[in-house]
Amino acid sequence: MEKSLDLINARIRDGSARVVTADEMPGIVDELGEEGALEEVDVVTTGTFGAMCSSGAFFNFGHADPPIRMERVWLNDVEAYAGIAAVDAYLGATQEADTKDRPYGGAHVLEDLVAGGTVELRATSRGTDCYPRRGITTELLLEDMNQAIMVNPRNSYQRYNAATNTTDRTLHTYMGTLLPRCGNVSYSGAGTLSPLVNDPGFRVIGSGVPIFLAGAEGMIVGEGTQHSAGGGFGTLMVTGDMKRMRQEFLRAAVMNGYGVTLYIGVGVPIPVLDTRIVRSTAVRDEDIMTEVIDYGTPRRDRPSMARVSYADLKSGSVEIGGETVRASSLSSYRGARAVAQELKAWLEAGKMELALPTRRLDPAKRAKPMRETAVAPRVSDIMNRQVISITEDEEIRVAAKRLLKDETNHLPVLDGNGALVGIITTYDVSKAVVNDGRLKQVKDIMTRKVIKTTPDEPVDIAAQKLEQNNISALPVVDATNRVVGILSAIDLGKLFGGRRRR
Amino acid sequence: MKLLLTFSRKGQYDPGREPVIARVVKETGVLINVEKANIDSMAGEVLIDVPDADAALVRRRLEEMGVSVRVMENAVARDEAECIDCGACISICPQEVFSFDPGWRLRVNAERCVLCGRCIRACPHGALSQQE
Repeated sequence: MEKSLDLINARIRDGSARVVTADEMPGIVDELGEEGALEEVDVVTTGTFGAMCSSGAFFNFGHADPPIRMERVWLNDVEAYAGIAAVDAYLGATQEADTKDRPYGGAHVLEDLVAGGTVELRATSRGTDCYPRRGITTELLLEDMNQAIMVNPRNSYQRYNAATNTTDRTLHTYMGTLLPRCGNVSYSGAGTLSPLVNDPGFRVIGSGVPIFLAGAEGMIVGEGTQHSAGGGFGTLMVTGDMKRMRQEFLRAAVMNGYGVTLYIGVGVPIPVLDTRIVRSTAVRDEDIMTEVIDYGTPRRDRPSMARVSYADLKSGSVEIGGETVRASSLSSYRGARAVAQELKAWLEAGKMELALPTRRLDPAKRAKPMRETAVAPRVSDIMNRQVISITEDEEIRVAAKRLLKDETNHLPVLDGNGALVGIITTYDVSKAVVNDGRLKQVKDIMTRKVIKTTPDEPVDIAAQKLEQNNISALPVVDATNRVVGILSAIDLGKLFGGRRRR
Repeated sequence: MKLLLTFSRKGQYDPGREPVIARVVKETGVLINVEKANIDSMAGEVLIDVPDADAALVRRRLEEMGVSVRVMENAVARDEAECIDCGACISICPQEVFSFDPGWRLRVNAERCVLCGRCIRACPHGALSQQE
C-alpha cells in the first residue's frame, strides 16, 4: 500500500489525520508491523532544540527622512552585514557586540526582538546624491520593521559528534566545558526525534517543505552549508518569519570561553507515504550511532575515542577505553519534545499542510576540507636548530655558565641516551642559588613535565601552548624524544619578518 | 546541613590560626565533613557539612570562637525562566548535583553542592547562580 500526500492533506483539513511524534513510532511499528503502521499513521513529527550557531535574520528597516544608504549597521552595538541594499542588513547570531562589557551578541538581539523589546539601530554612511544622510540612531521594535526574515544557513544537523578531551586542562568549546583526561562527554541532538535521522535518504525532506521554526511556520530552503549527508552530516538551510516566532523556542546562549550562539527549535513533519518511510521513522536511539571525538587535538581531523549510540549518550554515561565517563547534552531533549508535540498539535488542528520537496537534497554529497594554497607554517620553518642542552647529572654551575655563554634562557635537559627528560631556565638556576645551595645537580632543579612541540606541528598550535602555559620556549622533539630544535617566542617573530625558510 | 564559615586573619584575635573545627569536633563530638576550604593570608572560607540536628550547636560554638557562620540552603539556584533543560551542567559537576527527571526536566539537588562554581560558568543560558 502507498498513501498519497493529497490524502494526508485531506485528512489534515478534515481533522482526521493521525499524527504521532517520532519517539512514538518505533513502538507503533513493533505493535502493528510496517503495513499496519502505514495504514494507521499519516504524519510523524520530529523536533530538535539545540545550539545552532549558523543562524541569523535579514531585516528591512524602511527608509528614513532624509534617506540613508546604510553602509555599516549595528543593532544594540552588534554589527550586522549591510552590504546588501540601502536599508537591509543581515544579523548573524554569533556576531558579538563591539562593547564587551557583558557577553552579548546577535543571538541576544534576535531574542530581545522576539521577546518584544526595543533594539537600537545605529548606521553610518558616506552620503550620496540619492541618499544624503550620513548617520542615524533610532529605536526599533520587531513590528516596526518591514521584514525580519530568519534565514539560517545551517541548522538541524543529521547527527553530531560527541565531544571529550584527553588533555590535562579544561577546554572551553562550542561543545561546552570539557573536563581534562576524558572527565566528561558532551553531545548534541535529540536522537530519535531529530528531523534528518527520520529521513536519511532525503526522500520527503527537501526544498519547499514546511517546518516548525522557533514557534513559527517556516520552510526548508534547501541543503544547508557544509551539507555532508554522504558521511551522515546532512544539514538544512531554513527560513521563517521572525515576527511570528516565540521566545520559548529561540534562546540566546553563551558558551563559556567560546562565544555567543543561538538555541533554535526546529521540527519537520514527515508524511508517511510508504513502508520505506515507516521504516526510517521507526529509528531508535540504539540505532543512531556517533563518534566521541577528542577535542583536545587542535586539528581538523580529530581522533575518535569511542563509537556510541544516542541510547548510550542519553543513559548519562558512556564507556571510553574501559572507563565509564559521564555524558550530558547541550541540546534540550525536553525542548525537542515540545517542538514535536506542538507541530503535532498544529497538524491535528489543520493549521499546516504538508508539501513534497520541490527539489531534493543530495543524500550522497560530502563536504570538502578547505583547499589551502599556502601551507600553514610549521614549527620546523621557524625553530632554532642550534640547541644548547645539558645532561641531568651536570652541576648547576655548569648550567649557569652555559646559559650565560650562549645567551639563552632555556636549557633542555637530556638523559644519558640523549632523550629529553626536563628543562631548566635562568629562573630555576637563580632560585637554586638563592636557596641554601643544597641542590647540586641539574636534575635537582629541572622541570620534569616539559611542554614540547614537534617539527611538523602548526606554529599556531605551538604559539597557543606558549600562551596557555605562560612560558617562552618549547623544545622541539622528534618521534624518539630527541631534541631537534627549540622554539622561542622570539622565533615566532620570524613569521612577520619574512625570514621563514620556504 | 551545609555551613559556610568565614574568618578574617587580620587583627589580634585570629580564629584562622586556631584549630577551630578540630576543637568543635572534640568538644561536641559532632562529626564535621570539610567539603571545601580556601584559606589565604588575609581571610579564610570553609564549607562544612554537619548533621541537621547538630547544626545549631556547631554554629554557636564556632561563632563564640570568632568565626562567622552562614547556613547554605540553596547553594546553587536555578532560574526556571532562563533554564531550557539542556543538561550542559550535568556531566561537569563533580558532586552530581544535576540530573534529569523522567520528563527530561532538570532536577537540582542543591544539598550536594560544594560551591565550586563550575556549573555557573558552563551554563549556556546563564540560568545558574550561587547564593550570595
